[in-house]
Amino acid sequence: MDMKKEKTTSSPQKKKSQAQLILIRFTKNKLAVIGLIVLVALMLTSLTAPLWLDYSKVTHQSVRESFQTPNAEHWFGTDQFGRDLFARVIYGGRISLFAGLVTIGIAFLLGIILGGAAGFFGGAVDTVIMRFTDILMSVPGILLSISIVAALGQGLFKMLIALSVSLIPRQARTVRSAVITMRGQEFVEAARTYGCSNFGILFRYIIPNVLGPLIVGVMMGLGGVILQIASLGYLGIGIAPPTPEWGTIISENQANIMYHMYLGIIPGLFIMIAVLSLNFVGDGLRDALDPKMKN
Amino acid sequence: MENLLEIKDLYVNYETDESVVHALNGFTLNVKKGETLGLVGETGAGKTTMCLSVLRLLPEGVSKVEGGSIQYDGKDVLSMNKSELRQMRGAQISMIFQDPMTSLNPVMRVGDQIKEVLSLHNPELSDKQKDERVDDILKLVGISPDRKDQFPHQFSGGMKQRVVIAMALVAEPQLLLADEPTTALDVTIQAQILALMKQLKEKFDSSMILITHDLGIVAEFCDSVAIVYAGEVIETGSIEQVFERTKNHPYTEGLFNCIPDLTSHAARLTPIPGYMADPTNLPTGCKFADRCGRCIDKCRQAAPEMVEVDPGHFVKCNQMEKGGSGL
Repeated sequence: MDMKKEKTTSSPQKKKSQAQLILIRFTKNKLAVIGLIVLVALMLTSLTAPLWLDYSKVTHQSVRESFQTPNAEHWFGTDQFGRDLFARVIYGGRISLFAGLVTIGIAFLLGIILGGAAGFFGGAVDTVIMRFTDILMSVPGILLSISIVAALGQGLFKMLIALSVSLIPRQARTVRSAVITMRGQEFVEAARTYGCSNFGILFRYIIPNVLGPLIVGVMMGLGGVILQIASLGYLGIGIAPPTPEWGTIISENQANIMYHMYLGIIPGLFIMIAVLSLNFVGDGLRDALDPKMKN
Repeated sequence: MENLLEIKDLYVNYETDESVVHALNGFTLNVKKGETLGLVGETGAGKTTMCLSVLRLLPEGVSKVEGGSIQYDGKDVLSMNKSELRQMRGAQISMIFQDPMTSLNPVMRVGDQIKEVLSLHNPELSDKQKDERVDDILKLVGISPDRKDQFPHQFSGGMKQRVVIAMALVAEPQLLLADEPTTALDVTIQAQILALMKQLKEKFDSSMILITHDLGIVAEFCDSVAIVYAGEVIETGSIEQVFERTKNHPYTEGLFNCIPDLTSHAARLTPIPGYMADPTNLPTGCKFADRCGRCIDKCRQAAPEMVEVDPGHFVKCNQMEKGGSGL
């Protein structure tokens, strides 16, 4: 009650830090909070896995124990080699989530730099950067990743590069069009009249104003990347077995899904939950990062 | 008095694929130190182009300065390099835009936006000194310093324009370019903002070019006035000289005839017939000839020269004689 009263009556408000304001706005979106909790829980369980779950369980094979449905000893059951699915899914999350974050991080940064420069400076800079992205975009994303992996060879790091490259064009285009709409705004012109440099205008005036939609794009993109990693894994060119990864797990068990459904459903559920949570968090962040959405 | 800004015979074109727009055609204007000059003219006459030329902020690629010079405080603006220009913008010359709603950065606190100008031009100040300056300038424009942590959307239009003025003045520039600063505001706020600008201009002892469509505002707030038509100044003089209405350019006369007054009983106001000369295809003679009731053959053939009808009062019309009444 007190909180409410204070909000409506106090016009010379006390200074709340930007972070506090963002937190307040974020917590108003229940779905986003749930998404964040799920996401943090997923990340924590896979990050701390080595502390409470022996890695040997991931690769330990035992034919006698194959195709066990979920039970007290093997929570998610076992696959055709008798490997513990729970351990594989938990350790698989380490790769799926970590690789997703790194990939999207690289694509986000390079996208802002390339797209920002293209949109802001226009002219020749724009043409060169955009034709470059056109070339990348003319190849379907998954095919591009496959070709890059084929050229560089298999491995976690190479897969990260492949995925980032296939994501940069879209990211750069989004940033570019957002920057172009902002560039013509009067406050940007005003910033020039009081002597702000190009660099200052781009990073203090234009980028902060387009960050909201970009963040959502990134969050949704992160979901997409996890799916792509899973797809590459499923196609057998992602992470080399026996290292588990959500897509690889499904791919390995493909032949047996017909009679042992849990082998496909459980890792699939993890992918779905992670992607869904990311989308919710993305939506919440967009609203939270926009100071105009205060009330 | 000494001239702070001298624009001499400035020609600016906007070049597009289809045509060349002649925005400024021999624009000549002097602003003295401490003076408030009203710049009046219809839409498209080149008022904003003039401001942007002075700040060298004309859109790159499409605009071209074809000739003439701009001297600010004895320095040639057209030959300045990028860093000199950045030093000049905001610190020496600053500009106030028409629409306060869009001229503030929506994601920056207003205090930080004002502080940014100080950081650019007075980097020697400590953070605390800057904060003090921000508080001072906010008080001057009538905003409580408590509100400096708020965002632009939390302010009303008039308050935003006060913030914009605070930003324009915080580095204490010598020359203020106010491009229709009150057009987007209602009449009562208009008067407040103009009075505030006048008061601050006097406090900082700066000069101001006030662009407006409103001759009433000019009469009330300016020392002198320049009338712009089709990219050139066609009449300039002190407020008294121009508003006396004895020796005016026919266009200026036309503008005066568009204002209702309290004493006459005219049922209808007299508008100026026709449209402004097409800037992509300007006539060779006087650009006002087609709309002028007193047009003679000479006007169609030769562009008129500036004539000093009274000391300090210039009119660009073929029918004016030096020192005489003409017409």
